[in-house]
Amino acid sequence: MAGVAPQNSGPLPQELELPGGKTGFRNWLDRNAWRDIIIAVPYIWLILFFVAPFIIIIAMSLAQSVIAQPPFRFDETWPYVTFENFERLFSDYVYLRGYLTSLRNALIATALCLLLGYPMALGIARAKGVWRNILLLLVILPFWTSFLLRVYAWMGMMGSNSWFNRGLTSLINVFLPAASEINSVPMMNSNFAVILVVVYSYLPFMILPLFANLEKLDFTLNEAAMDLGSKPMTVFRDVTLPLSIPGIVAGCLLVFIPATGELVIPSLVGNAGDPMIGRVINDEFSLNRHWPMASAIAVALLMLLVVPIMLYNRMQERAAEGAK
Amino acid sequence: MGIENTGKAWETPKTEPFIRIENVTKKFSDFIAVNNVSLDIYKGELFALLGGSGCGKTTLLRMLSGFESPTEGRVWIDGQDMTSVPPYERPVNMMFQSYALFPHMTVEQNVGYGLKHEKLTKAQRQDRVKQMLDLVQLSQFAGRKPHQLSGGQRQRVALARALAKQPKVLLLDEPLGALDKKLREHTQFEIMNIQEKTGITFVVVTHDQEEAMTLSTRIAVMDRGIIRQTGTPTEIYEFPKTKFVADFIGSINQFAGTVKSVTKDKAVVACADWAGEITVDRDASVAVGQNVSVAVRPEKISISKKAPAKTLNAIEGKVIDLGYFGKDSLYRVKLPSSALVRVNRVNDQRGRETERVAQWEDKVWLAFEPSAAILLKD
Amino acid sequence: MRQRSTFLFSVLCFGFAFFYIPIISMIVYSFNKSRLATVWGGFSVEWYFKLFKNAQIINAATLSLEIAVISATFATILGTMAGMALARFSRFRGRTFFSGLVSAPLIMPEVITGVSLLLLFVFMERYFGWPAKRGFTTVTIAHTTFALSYVAVIIQSRLLSMDVSLEEAAMDLGSKPWQVLFDVTLPIIAPAMIAGWLLAFTISLDDVVITNFTTGPGATTLPILIWGKVKLGVTPDINALATIIVLVVSIGVGLAGYLMYRSEKKRERDIQMALAANK
Repeated sequence: MAGVAPQNSGPLPQELELPGGKTGFRNWLDRNAWRDIIIAVPYIWLILFFVAPFIIIIAMSLAQSVIAQPPFRFDETWPYVTFENFERLFSDYVYLRGYLTSLRNALIATALCLLLGYPMALGIARAKGVWRNILLLLVILPFWTSFLLRVYAWMGMMGSNSWFNRGLTSLINVFLPAASEINSVPMMNSNFAVILVVVYSYLPFMILPLFANLEKLDFTLNEAAMDLGSKPMTVFRDVTLPLSIPGIVAGCLLVFIPATGELVIPSLVGNAGDPMIGRVINDEFSLNRHWPMASAIAVALLMLLVVPIMLYNRMQERAAEGAK
Repeated sequence: MGIENTGKAWETPKTEPFIRIENVTKKFSDFIAVNNVSLDIYKGELFALLGGSGCGKTTLLRMLSGFESPTEGRVWIDGQDMTSVPPYERPVNMMFQSYALFPHMTVEQNVGYGLKHEKLTKAQRQDRVKQMLDLVQLSQFAGRKPHQLSGGQRQRVALARALAKQPKVLLLDEPLGALDKKLREHTQFEIMNIQEKTGITFVVVTHDQEEAMTLSTRIAVMDRGIIRQTGTPTEIYEFPKTKFVADFIGSINQFAGTVKSVTKDKAVVACADWAGEITVDRDASVAVGQNVSVAVRPEKISISKKAPAKTLNAIEGKVIDLGYFGKDSLYRVKLPSSALVRVNRVNDQRGRETERVAQWEDKVWLAFEPSAAILLKD
Repeated sequence: MRQRSTFLFSVLCFGFAFFYIPIISMIVYSFNKSRLATVWGGFSVEWYFKLFKNAQIINAATLSLEIAVISATFATILGTMAGMALARFSRFRGRTFFSGLVSAPLIMPEVITGVSLLLLFVFMERYFGWPAKRGFTTVTIAHTTFALSYVAVIIQSRLLSMDVSLEEAAMDLGSKPWQVLFDVTLPIIAPAMIAGWLLAFTISLDDVVITNFTTGPGATTLPILIWGKVKLGVTPDINALATIIVLVVSIGVGLAGYLMYRSEKKRERDIQMALAANK
């Protein structure tokens, strides 16, 4: 239990620092056993199944691909590893384009989620009594139903024969000259579809942190600002918006980070010719069985996302500190 | 059992202290919460630790209960060294500021919780719980959950729970803090009664000086980790030893000055603020030429429009503020030196505003007896 | 605030339409007689009957439920421990690292987690011989690992809002630390643990990507089965399956919400009565 041995505790009141005294197993069992076990068990689990895989994936990204079982190999001689996968990452346009498509789609989707999610969160936060709970439940409900099925529901909507597509087509044709009328809107298998479904699937992740933030805001601040002569729009700009920045950042990170690495959505509704990076990793891994290359792409993706992930973790930490 | 101990044990040199805090220091990283405190508390006392927030009183209490261990020093209870004994093995129980009633247990289960760990039969346990609930008059609420009780009832459950184990010492952390004003006075007397009935030594932490004064046999005034003065409420109020204690307890007027002359039982102090000399009862150790402060409680200064017969410690000033509190009034009087003096006067006569002793802008005479003033050395 | 309310109201309407129209459309088409999923051919419930006769789907659903129950249970145990460690122990070696480990799986792109776990399992199989092949065990371990984080976050925030003196009081009354844990802490955080378990259960039941990487032949969970079918396009039997899943979840969530609402109301009433009785 060396890794988790308690140090002298600090000035936090919730720390139970029991006076020392007798030593030995019995004493440990009585006083600190629960503490050590509670820390050590999940710690060891996470090191085994979260840290170890990362070390392996980093090692794998430095291996050579071979057609064999397993499909990789390390050099027998120094330096044992190769950087050729990372070199290819930058030289082969397929990968660079994958990253760029992912970042672009994720950014656009995040922005749209914010645009739609913010007023929704504000509306729910301002709703009265039971309505607030009902609306909140309505946001959470799709979040609890299957993610895959939510993507699937849109596949049904976007197909060229669907009522939605046909309705949209007739609507567009109203504005088009008769000669250039279209038969259907080409929605499926495009980055448009990917962005639409990402927005649809991740919207609750934007609304929920925003709601949690907006709900806590003291409405008397708005009243004070209005009392001091501000119009509602000015109050929003000067009071509500600045105070909700933590919620905005949390919501954007919760959408942006997973959306960048999204696999299911681009696989089902995306353009195979311009895939997002998650799909590239999957194809490299499962179709090409090029494990080292897939690992290198994943490691690079992680590097790309490490700043927003750290930012998110920091925010979580600070929120926890605040709750104390 | 409590009766013979309610004598002034602290004045009898041979009495062994029941709780002995010996040169205790507690550091949190760089912050010194309690700084080399030594304190003796005697059996059957209702002792109060009084001070503002962050003065170290709660840390001291937590070291008595065992939730913190001293960085240096020792804690003894009933002749046993408790310094390294964990909370669950100490003969000490605590009533928490938040009451800390277990929300998932009924009143009965809450009170009986501590008895689980004692070697009692089921009947004995039930008996004790009943006895405790009777003591705090909550028998009819035995089956309720804490959230079904009012604040005052919860406070009594917390008290009963802490008493059920018949501890040697009961610690009370801001026992009246969460109660409204009306309920406070009642509860105060209830705590005193229970202490008397059980004879258990009570140690109370409070920031409320009135609470400390009415409840306790003795008070330790704490400030920045140090005990500034220990004494009975009367001693603390009437005979504060330092400016801090004088200022912290109640309100007080202080006039800085220099000792001009000393007689057998009086000292004369020249004060610029008072624009003259003040004669006070002499403290044993003042010498001519020493810088001192003369401190007088507002209620010990008389106020009238007519000049007093004796001119000793009398001065004329002007009322610049008047606060009417119903039972008494507070006057703020400006002296010729432009120093402000606070004077309290009980409104012992019924009357209209115009019938008051003095009004705004009135010229008034202030005076006090030499025995009313306290000499404080700088 | 009136003018802005209309704006917020219209956005809310649009938002909820956006949320629910695709789902409603899917439910409607599950009663479609036509084999072509997007062309209406009259009302029928035949797809539901076919569904219940489809052994493949029933087996996959059973496997998914088994994995979800086991991994949610493990995740609740481990996540509760992790949440307690974070909320109650402010200083132990590597706390910052641990805290990062606990919250990272929440936002880590699943592809990365999936690939790296697969590599781990390949490595373990090769060098330790366990787990012997990918399937039930590996998927359960993977689900436990990422669901643990969700539970930990719930437990941590519950513990941070809980009065620490409750635990101190129990200790003060003579309970040793482990007795405090079972007498006070666990009963009080039990509702949060149940919520955590349900969330872990749902997440496990729902997971595609990580399962896709960590499963092996013969261990097809329901999402993996649907994933395979959906890749080929929209079909009415998937519509029917989706409808059943959506309804079961909605009823579950609605019921849970209602029960919570009711117990909250009862609590409020109790408090009111206690105050009234005392005045």
